[in-house]
Amino acid sequence: MRLLAICALPLLAALAVLGFPVFRGRRVPVGLLAVIALAHLFLVATLWAVPEPAALGGWMAADPLGLTVLTLTSVLFLVTVTYTVGYLRREKPRSGRVFAGGLLAFLSAASVVSLAQHLAMLWVGMEATTLSVAPLVFLRRDRRSLEATWKYLVISSVGIALALLGTFFLASAQVDVPGRPLVLSDLLEHARELHPAWLRVAFLFLLVGFGTKMGLAPMHTWKPDTYGEAPSLVSGLMAGALTSCAFLGVARVTEVVMAAGLGAFAQPVLIGFGLLSLAVAAVFIIGQSDVKRLLAYSSVEHMGLLVLGLGLGGVGAYGSMLHLVNNGLSKGWVFLVTGNIVLATGSATAAGNRGLIRTLPVSAALLVLGLFAVTGSPPFGLFMSEFTILRAAITAGHPWIAVAMLLMLAIIFVGMAALVLGIALGEPEPGTAPVRESPWLVTGPVALAAAVLMLGVYIPGPLHDVLARAAVALGGNAP
Amino acid sequence: MHNAAQLVLLLIVLSDLAVLGTTRLTSCIRGLAAQGVLLGLLPLLLAPQLSVHAVSLGLGTVVVKAVVLPWFLARAIREAAVRREIEPLVGFIASLLLGALAIALAFAIASRLPLPATQQSLLVPVSLATLMIGFLVLTTRRKALMQVVGYLILENGIYLFGLTQTESVPFLIELGVLLDVFVGVFIMGIVVFHINREFDSLDSTRLTELSD
Repeated sequence: MRLLAICALPLLAALAVLGFPVFRGRRVPVGLLAVIALAHLFLVATLWAVPEPAALGGWMAADPLGLTVLTLTSVLFLVTVTYTVGYLRREKPRSGRVFAGGLLAFLSAASVVSLAQHLAMLWVGMEATTLSVAPLVFLRRDRRSLEATWKYLVISSVGIALALLGTFFLASAQVDVPGRPLVLSDLLEHARELHPAWLRVAFLFLLVGFGTKMGLAPMHTWKPDTYGEAPSLVSGLMAGALTSCAFLGVARVTEVVMAAGLGAFAQPVLIGFGLLSLAVAAVFIIGQSDVKRLLAYSSVEHMGLLVLGLGLGGVGAYGSMLHLVNNGLSKGWVFLVTGNIVLATGSATAAGNRGLIRTLPVSAALLVLGLFAVTGSPPFGLFMSEFTILRAAITAGHPWIAVAMLLMLAIIFVGMAALVLGIALGEPEPGTAPVRESPWLVTGPVALAAAVLMLGVYIPGPLHDVLARAAVALGGNAP
Repeated sequence: MHNAAQLVLLLIVLSDLAVLGTTRLTSCIRGLAAQGVLLGLLPLLLAPQLSVHAVSLGLGTVVVKAVVLPWFLARAIREAAVRREIEPLVGFIASLLLGALAIALAFAIASRLPLPATQQSLLVPVSLATLMIGFLVLTTRRKALMQVVGYLILENGIYLFGLTQTESVPFLIELGVLLDVFVGVFIMGIVVFHINREFDSLDSTRLTELSD
């Protein structure tokens, strides 16, 4: 029941917002958003305390992988909603209905993806996440956001179409094999009887399809435009939660491929996409002048690290799971504080922004801290997870992968530091007065920063347990 | 029943080529609608006996792919007052040749796939050909609206492949897939409408402000 409620509650709210005439006009029903966000997080939290049996005849269950993504999404959604209160005082979207409806529909779709045990159902949810955020990217309704929305829609739609084809290929691999079609537990149980040729093709199509949604290079081209043009809170939700859902899609098919004993085929492919994404991010981060586009390439980098850890196996799988949590929380944090800069000065580009530490002290300090967190500096959580992935590369006997990874992380650090420190430090333009920073706009990022910091020094027992079980399902192990 | 299904599949390939070779946008959309009707017939022709599942899938497909979406796209064309795809990135003759190549390739690939013997012989090659032609339209046409048409043809190709798996994909899921496609094209249509208003053109190659 709880599993169904987690998906249905935001969906019903979204339908109500889009359907009832009360919600017409520019006013955003923030109260409703807050109630749904709190109720959703409460229900998800009870799943940690009291496990729930599978629902809908085994189509839905909260397994460790899905529960991790679901919790991350729910936390980020609540933070985004608190931020929305402050955001709406400065900027009014053209249509409050589209804004709230899009956010709620996204929460519902992401919950379906997280809980789906039927891989075609996972696909339906994934496509719905793409569609629900498209109107949010187009919120400003100018030429640039129009171009970004179009690129996002076309590239993601083609990617996700390939993933659907991959899902059908997976069903073809299962013909004449006992078990319910496309249900994860049955696929895993009879993994070794699956037709290996179909399974290989299915893996490639699902990886490319969901990889497009993750923003793995070379399918990442929509990402800088979309994150750059969407309102920062939408970019944060996309970089933190939506990409995690897409990663879950890749992780599901990896589970099946590993259980089928095709690791030797899948792992080099995952490693290849991971390293390519790191390299592309390193090349494009140098010389960026817009913080939001910079963060988009940083997201490409972190998606690369996630599949790299998956491909390395062993403790790398645990590293990936931990990195998923760290990346989600930190992306929410940095995008929201970047949003504060955009709200105060109109843009987050190097041109015209200097000395923000004087004019926007809290946001600028959070952005500089975020720079160190996102680039994997100690004591933040991303250092721990990146270190775990690095260790996996060395123990798996790939020292050159470790060297390449370190080199590219170093380049990325230099590129990001150049831009972020450039706008945060120095003397502000003459005549710019300090801006009052609303508590609504900084509380969320501070909470996320605290969580990322905590994960760097201490991982709570239940979380470690869930991540370790997820790592085992992915063919790896906990450190 | 068997021969009728083969005939419908051949007609689907013809509708692919028709969309590939015509300049008038309204004709392309008519071709797309015709393809939608053909797709709706297939579940009925392929099912061993008439079932509620096959009938409702066919009906849903016809409503979405042959009526609602073509009507919506035709309206977008009327509002934008564009009629032709002028200078596609790849010429029409070249497109048709590439289309023929795609069909040959599709048959070559399908003959090498490890398919169960009970499969309809034409279903998989036609599905692959439709998929590739959809991709061709999507990547070589300049008008944003034609790119939507290409996406729909691509999606139709995947739908055809899905028909080899009717027993493994439950009705509820098929409904979800159809709904997603519908909403996706609906949102794309709205964006196309705005592109036209902002740029006075449906030409997606004008979208060049964002780059690194």
